[in-house]
This record gives sequence, structure tokens and C-alpha cells, in this order.
Amino acid sequence: MSIVLCRVDDRLIHGQVVIGWGRALGIDLIILVDDQVAASDWEQQLYRMAVAPEIEVRFVTVAEASRQMADWQSNGKRGLVLTGDLETMAALHAASPQLVHKINLGGIHHRPGRRERLPFLYLTDQELRTLLDLEAGGAVVTAQDLPTTPPVALRNLP
Amino acid sequence: MSEELRGVVVCHGPMAGALVQAAEQISGVDAALIPVSNMGCDRDTLEQRVLEAVDQHPAVVFVDMASGSCLVAVLKRLRADQSVRVVTGVNLAMLVDFVFHRSLSSEEAACRAVAIGQASIRLP
Repeated sequence: MSIVLCRVDDRLIHGQVVIGWGRALGIDLIILVDDQVAASDWEQQLYRMAVAPEIEVRFVTVAEASRQMADWQSNGKRGLVLTGDLETMAALHAASPQLVHKINLGGIHHRPGRRERLPFLYLTDQELRTLLDLEAGGAVVTAQDLPTTPPVALRNLP
Repeated sequence: MSEELRGVVVCHGPMAGALVQAAEQISGVDAALIPVSNMGCDRDTLEQRVLEAVDQHPAVVFVDMASGSCLVAVLKRLRADQSVRVVTGVNLAMLVDFVFHRSLSSEEAACRAVAIGQASIRLP
């Protein structure tokens, strides 16, 4: 089928991703793009435990994802591309702007320097500028933690 | 006499606080359990909250689910610590029992918590 969701979520694979989005979209492939997790067998094992056995999970680096994006688009599976930070998603968009076109901000939580934009979305001003640059480059960015809540357009974030 | 175990309860949302409060109400034992929530924080902050709650004491860390952000945060920072054991699927029965068995080793207390917790799941 295709890549049906590109999500930024700093908690990576967890309930909202697997249950909330996975069921609603009929996901059967989750691609976690994270250099650190891609190099950690025990972390991969842990994240796999959160996923039903019928859903395939791949752990890849940013470089591997950039190379394989087109394959995932045409491999017959409904894929969810997941990153833990904006920079990684921006890199994927730069590598495959047609495939990483719609970007879902699903969970970026508080850390020093970030300001609350939505209860599940905290951004520094620099991060917001990064997102605005992505939109200027053709991406469509919305914030939405679950499919049952309305998406919020980037321009409408406080 | 060795130091008594610390119990740290790590859960999604407000669940840890509610479990600890209920365990204290039932047992009458205060300050044996420390709640940690993943609410409103990123991975690094959650890991820091867990570390501060354990504070280098021998401990059993109780986590709500056998997967997810809470367990990842706990294992990422504590899996190499031999004085800390992790139990998933926390329930009230195991916490109420734990507060009266804090003189056990963390290994013994964790195994006991699993047995008590499992035994409390029934079809009455």
C-alpha cells in the first residue's frame, strides 16, 4: 500500500502509536527511525513487546531510512514512519519530500526552553521555525495526538 | 541491619499517585512508596524523575505496563543496577504487601511482588 503516517513522538513506540493510530489506520508496518535504538538490541526488544505480532517493526538509522523510503512506499504494507525528534523527520523530508509530505506532531514533551503549544506539544521557538521552514518547503504539518482528536494546523498553534 | 527497600511506582498519567495513595490508606504505612508519572515530560525528563525517585537506594521499581515509555525509561537507566529490580503489571495487592516486606533483598521482594500480584487476579 504505502506510508500512511509520518509521526514525531518522543516516546517512540507506545500505546498511542500502536493502539490509537495503529488500529485506526490498519498499520501493519512500523518503521522507527532512530540512530540510537537502531544500535541497541535490548531497546529494540523492548519496543517490540509493545506491538502485536502481526505488525512488523523495523529499526533503522536516518541514513537507512532515507535510502529505503521508496521501497516502503511500494511494498504493499501500510506503514507508519516514526521519529523521536523534529530533526530526524526534517532529514527524512529532505530526502523524500514527496513521501514524507504530511507530518504528524504526536508527542513532543516538556524540556527546558520549550513552551507549551498544546498539552502534548512543547516547542522552542527554534523548533517552531524548523517546522515553519518545513511547511515553506512543501510539507503539511499538523499536531494531533490521537486520531479521535482534531488536527491542529501549524499556523494555529499558540 | 541493611537498608529497607524503597518502592518506586512508575505509571502513565495519574495512576502511580493514585496507587500509592490507596496503598498508604490500606496499609497505614507512609513514605515507603514513591510515585512517578510520565505526564508532560519527554524521555530524558522521565528517566531523570525515575533516577531521583530511586536516589541510589536499593529498590523495587513497579511499572504499569510490560512495554511503553515508563518501562523504557526505567530499564534504560537502571537495568545494570544490581540493587534494583523491576516488576511490571503493578497492582494494588502487590504494593500493599510490599510495604511490609521491605527488609527483603530487592530480588526477593520483586519475586514476592510478582507472586502476590498474580495471585490477586482471579475470577471470583
